[in-house]
Amino acid sequence: MRLQIPLIVVLVTGLLLIVTFFIPHEPFGSLEQRFLIWYSIVAGFTMLLGLDSLTRYHLVRIRDKIKGWGFSIVLLLGLFITLGLGFYSWAKYQSPFTLGSPFMFLYTYVIIPLQATMFALLAFFIASAAYRAFRARTTEATLLLVAAVLIMLGRVPLGGWLWHRMVDFADLIPGTHLAGLKNLEIFARINDWIMDIPQTAAKRGIFIGATLGGIVMSIRIILGIERSYISGS
Amino acid sequence: MKFWERLGAIDRKIIYTVIGLAVIIPLVTKLTFPIRVSDTVRNAYNSIERLPAGSIVMISIDYDAASGPELQPMLIAVLRHCFKKNIKVILTGHWALGLPLGEIALNQVAAEYHKKYGQDYINIGYRPGYTALIVGIGREIRDFFSTDYKRVPIDSFAFMRRVHNYNEINLLVGLEAGATGDAWVLYAGARYGLKMFFGATGVSAPDLYPYLQAKQIEGILAGLQGAAEYETLINEKGTGTLGMPTQSVVHGLIIIFIILGNISYFVLRRKKE
Amino acid sequence: MILHILGTWIAAGLTIAIFSFLYKDNPFYKFAEHLYVGVSAGFGVIYVWAFDLKPMLVDRFISEHGVERWILLVPAILGILMLTRWTEKYAYISRLPIAFTVGIGAGLGITGSVQGFLLPQMQATLLPLTTINNVILVIGVVTTILYFYFSHEFKGASNIILRVAIVFIMVSFGASFGYTVMARISLLIGRMFFLLSDWLHII
Repeated sequence: MRLQIPLIVVLVTGLLLIVTFFIPHEPFGSLEQRFLIWYSIVAGFTMLLGLDSLTRYHLVRIRDKIKGWGFSIVLLLGLFITLGLGFYSWAKYQSPFTLGSPFMFLYTYVIIPLQATMFALLAFFIASAAYRAFRARTTEATLLLVAAVLIMLGRVPLGGWLWHRMVDFADLIPGTHLAGLKNLEIFARINDWIMDIPQTAAKRGIFIGATLGGIVMSIRIILGIERSYISGS
Repeated sequence: MKFWERLGAIDRKIIYTVIGLAVIIPLVTKLTFPIRVSDTVRNAYNSIERLPAGSIVMISIDYDAASGPELQPMLIAVLRHCFKKNIKVILTGHWALGLPLGEIALNQVAAEYHKKYGQDYINIGYRPGYTALIVGIGREIRDFFSTDYKRVPIDSFAFMRRVHNYNEINLLVGLEAGATGDAWVLYAGARYGLKMFFGATGVSAPDLYPYLQAKQIEGILAGLQGAAEYETLINEKGTGTLGMPTQSVVHGLIIIFIILGNISYFVLRRKKE
Repeated sequence: MILHILGTWIAAGLTIAIFSFLYKDNPFYKFAEHLYVGVSAGFGVIYVWAFDLKPMLVDRFISEHGVERWILLVPAILGILMLTRWTEKYAYISRLPIAFTVGIGAGLGITGSVQGFLLPQMQATLLPLTTINNVILVIGVVTTILYFYFSHEFKGASNIILRVAIVFIMVSFGASFGYTVMARISLLIGRMFFLLSDWLHII
C-alpha cells in the first residue's frame, strides 16, 4: 500500500495532464487547472522542508558547543530576526514587501550584498583558473580555448577597439586606404557567428538528446517503472 | 627558463590583486568605449518598439541578487522603454529572493516617467511552482494571482479587469538566470502562442540561442553587454554602459593571462622533452 | 536618510567580509556566510506565508463558499503531509504529495517537450542546404546527436562523425566558458561599483 497508492497517484495525474493537452474541454480542462493550482500550493510547502534540518543541526552544534558554534548562533539569530521583522512589517505596513519597511531594509542592505558578493568572488577564481589550467594540451582543448578567447574578445567593446587599432596600423602602409574596413567589426562578427551557428548547433544536439531522455524518463515514471523518487523515504 | 617557471607558478593572490585593480581603475577613471548593437538585441528592442501605446507587457523576474548586476540594468532599460511608449507593465517573478529587485526598479522608473501604480503598471508578485503556474495562467491569471504583490485584488485596477490570460498580453520579457526561460518557451510560447524575448545572464544566454534560431523567441539580451546595447538603443545610459569599459579591460587581462599561461606551459614542456 | 547611510555601511561591511575570503578563510567571512544562510531561510518562510499559504489557501478558504471551500483542504493536507519528512517514522507518508507533484511534472514535461522543444527545434534544423551556414548548422546538430547516442566504439566512417561532433561540442563549451567569464566579471563590477559609488562616493 505504501508504494501502490503513490504509484496510482502518479499514473492518474500524469495521464490526466497528457489527456488534457489533447482534449482541453470539460471536465479535463478545469480538472487540470485545479491540479495546477494545488501543485503551486504544495510546492510552497517544499520550501519549508530544509528548515527543520537546518535549525536542528545548528541547535545541536550550540548545545554541544562544537567548534564554531558561535556562528550557529549568528545563523539562528539571522533566521529569527528575519522572521520577526517580516511579521512586524506585515502588521505595520500591510505587507512585508513595502519598500521602506524593516523587512525590505534587511533585503536591501543584507541579502543583496551577501548574495551578490558571494557570486562576485567567482570572478577571481575563474580568472585564476583561466591562468593556471586553461592550456592548449590537446586539439580539443585548443578548440575550446580559441573559441573562448574569440568570444571574450568579440562580445565586449574591446573587440571593436582592437579591430580599429589593427586597421589604423595597417593603414600606415603608404598608398593604402583601409579606414573603411573598420565597419567590418571582424571580432564582433566572429562572436555572433560562433553563437548563431556552431554553438547553436551543438547546444541543439545536446538538448535534443537530453529532451528525448527526459521524455523516456517521464513515461517510465508515469508507468511506475521508475520509482527512485519515492524509494528514498 | 626560470622566468617562465616562475610565471607558471605565480601566486593566486597576485592574480586576485591584478584583477581587482583592473576593475577599480577603469571605473574610477571613467573610461569609455562605444557600444555596438547586435541584431539579437535590436530584434528584442523592435518587439517592444512596434507595440502601440496601451499594449501590455509582462516582465518576469527570474533571477535574484546573485545576478542582479547583469539583469537589473536590463530590467530598468526595458521598463524605461515601456513607459516611454505608454505601454502597461505587469511584473511577476519566479525567483522568490529576486522579486523585491523588481519592485525597487519599478518604483524608480515609474517615478522618472510619472507613472501610476494600478493605472500604468502592477506587480502581481510570486507563487511557487513555476511550470504549473505558467501553464495555468494560459487559462486564467486569477486562478493564481487574484491579488497583487500587496494582496490588493487585481480586479480593483481598471486595466487588469480585461486581462484573463496570455491572449491579452502582447509580449513577455523574461529576465533569466536559470531554467525558467525554458518553461516560458515550452508552455506559454508553444502552447499559448505568447511572444517573448529574454534578457539572460552570460551563464544562461548560450543555452537560449537554439530558441532564437528556431524563431521561438524574438531576441536575447546576453549579459551586461546586452544591457548596454539596450541602453544604447533607448538612449539612456545606465550601469550596463558604465560597466562595459571595465568589462573590456578585464577580458583583455584574462586573455593575456591565458596567453602567458600557455607560453609558460609550452616552454616548460619543451624543456622536459 | 540616516537609515540609508547606516544600511550602506552595513552592506559595505558585509561585502568586504565576503571578499576577505580571497585572502583566507576567516571569522568575518564565516560570520557573513552564516548570516546569509539564516536570513535567506527566514526570507523563504515569509515568502511561503505571504505568497502561497495566505493568498492561495487562507484567503481563499475565507472567501470561497460551499464545496469549493472544502476542496481547498486537499492541497492543504497534501502540503502538510509533505512535512512528514521532518519525522523518521512517518516520512513514507510524504510519498503521496511527492507522487502528486512528480506526476504533474512528468505529464506536463512529456507534452511540453514535444510541442515546445523537439518539434520546433527539429523543424528549424530541416533547412535547405543552400548556404554554408545552413550546412554547418545541420552537420553540427546531427553529429552532436549521434555522438551522444552511439556509445559503441567509433571506427571508420563513424570516427569521422565523432571528430566532427567534438569540434562543435568544444566550440560550444568554449563559447559557454567565455560567456561565463563575462558573467562573473559583471558581478564583480557590480559589487565594486557599489563600494566605489554608493559607499565611498568616489565615482
